[in-house]
Amino acid sequence: MDERNFTFMFYGLAAAWAILAIYVLTLVSRERRLARQVEDVKRILEDREKK
Amino acid sequence: MRDKLLYAAGAAATVILIANLHKILLGIPDEMDQGAIYRILYFHVPSWFTCFAAFFVAGLASVMYSVKRDLRYDVLAVSAVEVGVAFTLVGLATGSIWARIIWGIWWTWDPRLTWALITCVLYAGYLMMRQMIDDASARARFAAVLGTFSFASVAITYKAIDWWRTQHPGPVLPIRAGGGKMDPEMWHAILWNWTAFMLLASVMVAVRISQETRLREVEALRRRAHAI
Repeated sequence: MDERNFTFMFYGLAAAWAILAIYVLTLVSRERRLARQVEDVKRILEDREKK
Repeated sequence: MRDKLLYAAGAAATVILIANLHKILLGIPDEMDQGAIYRILYFHVPSWFTCFAAFFVAGLASVMYSVKRDLRYDVLAVSAVEVGVAFTLVGLATGSIWARIIWGIWWTWDPRLTWALITCVLYAGYLMMRQMIDDASARARFAAVLGTFSFASVAITYKAIDWWRTQHPGPVLPIRAGGGKMDPEMWHAILWNWTAFMLLASVMVAVRISQETRLREVEALRRRAHAI
């Protein structure tokens, strides 16, 4: 492979993967937050129905 | 079953990307003038194709919502837009890094680049606008209008290199009218990466749809809890 500008090619590929990885991480964190919210709402509903 | 399909699609995308990366870095012939930097093309072009496809789905879902008033179309639209914006950012970043070497600048206000940025900002605005409206049906109605008309910007971005003289390279892909004569090996590598990106985007959209649906269920349960 012609190695001219290899560093910037690496930056380009790294940027592409970094952006996609950050998006996947936001999906994962949203998933966790959602699971927490579901638990909270279920607990509130159970409490209110008991009263 | 649905989860297994998603895992299979994600695994297939990973395998294709790894195999193709090996081919892109070591198997495909060099471009005469640009050195290694031209290999960014194999990620730049598929990421734009993928975001265009995502925005097309979002546009279609927005039209369907306007016609049927079914909130499932709104869920599909917002999921596709979000994934589309992620791939748009990949396209802008890789293009900018390529431009730094080939043009000597990170950015220029040329018609293709400017419309690409407008598209990105429009869809980011779509996502922000949704955060500002609490009522689900009003939010879906406004989003459907914006989602439908924003697709015009995608079409303009795609055709900008035909309609105006731009610094951005003209059509090099053999599928386009007036396209260049790209080596079939290079063209196939682009197609494989696009396939992998589409699989990845489909998984992301499916995950996002599931999250959005559950979020609406949580909102409904909260309303019920307040009503008791």
